[in-house]
Amino acid sequence: MRVLALVVAHLALAALLPLVSARSRRGAFALAAVPPAAALLWALAHAPVALAGGVSSTVVWAPQLDLVLSFRLDALALAMVVLVSGIGALILVYCIGYFADSPEAPRNAALLLAFAGVMLGLVLADDLLTLYVFWELTSVASFLLVGQSGETRENRGAAVQALLVTVFGGLVMLLGFIMLGEAAGTYRISEIVELGRAGALGGGVVTAALMLVLVGALTKSAQLPFHPWLPAAMAAPTPVSAYLHAASMVKAGVYLVARLSPGVADRTAWWVTVIVLGLATMAVGGWRAMGATDLKRLLAFGTVSQLGFLMVLFGAGTRIAAVAGVAMLLAHGFFKAPLFLAVGIVDHATGTRDVRRLSGVGDALRGTALISAAAAASMAGLPPLLGFVGKEAALEAFLAEHSTRGALVEAGVVAGSVLTVAYSARFLWGAFARKPGVPDTPVHPPGPLLTVPAGICAVAGLVLGLVPGIVDADAQSYARAYPAGPEQYELALWHGIGPPLLLSALALVVGYGLHRARGTVGRLAGRFPAALSAQRAYEVAIGGTERLATGVTARLQAGSVPAYLTVILVVVILLPGLATLIGGTWPAQPLFHAVLQFPFAAVVLLAALALIRVRRRLTAVLLVGLIGYGVGGLFIVDGAPDLALTQFLVETLSLVAFVFVLRRLPAHFGAERPKPRTWVPRAVVAVVAGGVVSAMAVVLSGARRAPPTVSAEYVRLAPEDAGATNVVNAIIVDFRALDTVGEITVLFVAAVGVASLVLAAPPDRRRRRQRDVELPRKDAQQDEEVVTR
Amino acid sequence: MITPTINLLMALTVGGLYAVGFYLLLQRSLMRVLIGVVVLGHGTNLLLQLVGGPPARAPIVGSAPADTFADPLPQALALTAVVITFALTTFLLALSYRSFVLLGHDEVQDDLEDRRIARRGGPAAPLHQDAGPDGRTEDER
Repeated sequence: MRVLALVVAHLALAALLPLVSARSRRGAFALAAVPPAAALLWALAHAPVALAGGVSSTVVWAPQLDLVLSFRLDALALAMVVLVSGIGALILVYCIGYFADSPEAPRNAALLLAFAGVMLGLVLADDLLTLYVFWELTSVASFLLVGQSGETRENRGAAVQALLVTVFGGLVMLLGFIMLGEAAGTYRISEIVELGRAGALGGGVVTAALMLVLVGALTKSAQLPFHPWLPAAMAAPTPVSAYLHAASMVKAGVYLVARLSPGVADRTAWWVTVIVLGLATMAVGGWRAMGATDLKRLLAFGTVSQLGFLMVLFGAGTRIAAVAGVAMLLAHGFFKAPLFLAVGIVDHATGTRDVRRLSGVGDALRGTALISAAAAASMAGLPPLLGFVGKEAALEAFLAEHSTRGALVEAGVVAGSVLTVAYSARFLWGAFARKPGVPDTPVHPPGPLLTVPAGICAVAGLVLGLVPGIVDADAQSYARAYPAGPEQYELALWHGIGPPLLLSALALVVGYGLHRARGTVGRLAGRFPAALSAQRAYEVAIGGTERLATGVTARLQAGSVPAYLTVILVVVILLPGLATLIGGTWPAQPLFHAVLQFPFAAVVLLAALALIRVRRRLTAVLLVGLIGYGVGGLFIVDGAPDLALTQFLVETLSLVAFVFVLRRLPAHFGAERPKPRTWVPRAVVAVVAGGVVSAMAVVLSGARRAPPTVSAEYVRLAPEDAGATNVVNAIIVDFRALDTVGEITVLFVAAVGVASLVLAAPPDRRRRRQRDVELPRKDAQQDEEVVTR
Repeated sequence: MITPTINLLMALTVGGLYAVGFYLLLQRSLMRVLIGVVVLGHGTNLLLQLVGGPPARAPIVGSAPADTFADPLPQALALTAVVITFALTTFLLALSYRSFVLLGHDEVQDDLEDRRIARRGGPAAPLHQDAGPDGRTEDER
């Protein structure tokens, strides 16, 4: 209950923020920082319960449909809340300074706060469908925040790409959720994980469901091959990138993998997919970061790489890897967010983020440079920072497996670490170093509102590194869900000189060497083969979809009514027609029931056939009348005098109405005789469809098995209840009088329609006459263009 | 009551009315389309009545024994249908009259936008160009 109230408080305040923004933009951001801060305090206050096993709350929404909103705060959720709400509050404070002069400020304040709310809901959700709803809401928030006001093409393209990729993944994931929930018999995530740990989740359906869920996780966390949306999303303002695309939203995919892994990581399909794609993403992201010249793109590719690393840790399914995962999850938030914030400061102070134009900024922005150095050192895995602690654990995790898998993954992680060190150094060099041949960039000093939040993040990374026990408590609580390994592992700064420390040192040395050779490496990395580019694949897929849609529309939606009707008739022939012929039984039936049926049938059929070829309108109308009277005659033969009487009256009235209108229309049908190419197929379709109706009439009327008891009742009741001897009459005005009221209503509505259409004509005709005088030529041309025969 | 079936002659009549109605519905002249609707209406009303059973005595109590009556319910339904067909016919008639007054002809026209898309078939330049992603590489920035 309290979780839902927290989320709703975020959203409600977000809805009210525009009112505050109208008075003070700074005040709006300051106010927006309050709910995330409150959420953080709430979560920290509940930390003991959360670490002891978790605290749940459930709000029943629609019990008839088994729809509930259930939430759960446990160790993993606690770590995520620290990132989402803690870093979120700091970034909103940073926004006070960043957006001070921006016209986009009111929009961004409300959207960022709303995002903080739905993201909080996502990480606390304990129900697959609850999680899905929040998941998609974060995608929408990301779309709006990346798109900004939609004025530049870059923003629009990036926003659409982010939305298409993540929502595509989300929909696939929803399918997986439903399959998983139905297979497990519950949508509660904690219960599903428990079932998985107990080995009660078996079968191909669950594996298929998990693969679908992975598609959602991989798209959201920008894993290969879906990653290009994340670098493109750097079109957003820097605080948005820092919050959504570094600290919180992109971690949703990693979080989901971490959430489900305790129950499912022993499945080969799961861990192979996660680890292989994760390692590949780690390598590709790191390599591409080496070629980036825009600082934000550099960091974005770095994020892609780190997300791959986190995927590997959480997908591995061992206790030590899980501990390392939680540590790296927090470390990444605490080093990547300040790095982004620092880029924002540099951008604000110098007006550029291009490493080729920045020079000597470090001297002018000493504080920012110091913060960035601390954060980048954590990213590279230097002691005594949290990044080092996490990386030690990660390197230990795969060595401790003592298996081929462990060795291979370890090699991949070390290679990724080398690249991480290299691009960390490249970032510091690019942003702050004095470059030979480049004039010093002019700098306007930033205010404390920009530097202090970034500093707090970086210091948090340092403190948590120096006191690893805090993170360790959380990580161990999460890792208890995994099967225990042979050895215990605790996060610590010093584990003695062993293979992990040596590998760390190796990564540092080689990575630094790679940075020294940045000229060559940058050129190579910049020359990424276009044929392999996932961005290109995305563009081809989108362009192809649009071309396909246009092609299909052009063929199906031809704009011609006869063409549409032909399609409908062909469907009638193919589906119900074939079903009748194949499935129905042909009842035994006479050629005729009464001799009198012959002359009337002959009149009707002959008049109908003549109707096809007739050219004069009046003749056509008379022939229709003839058909009507013929049908009336058939009614008499059938023993339906009332029906016949109505038919005769209506037919006469129709004739009168037709003749009234015909007075004003030309004597002949306008169109010249259509070509055989046009009319032969139409005639064939019409005749076959008529035949189908006739066959259906026979087959379906023969399918009747029980006598019509309703009719017998009407006959019995008519004299007693209605006081009528004419049963049809009694039905119409008494037994089914409501039907008749409806029928009369239809008549009146039609009469009103006819009256308004006919009586509205004279003024229009006057206007038309005027127009004909003014624009006779143009009008005629238009008409020619419009009619396509 | 015996299981009622429609005899071959009546099936042919109904089928003929439907075939002619469908054919007229596929024409370009609005008046022909309207006549097609009327013919389809006749066919449908006849069919409604026919499914009630073979010819029998009019269902008027006292004029004949009750078990020789034709089924009164389909008759009542067909009667309603006849009246509604009439309402529909006059309304369509007014529409085609209106179309003639406004446009000077009573032809069913093609949808211009649809024709335009159909002419494009496969567009040379994809529509997403405007909203498309930024395809520049870093070197171009």
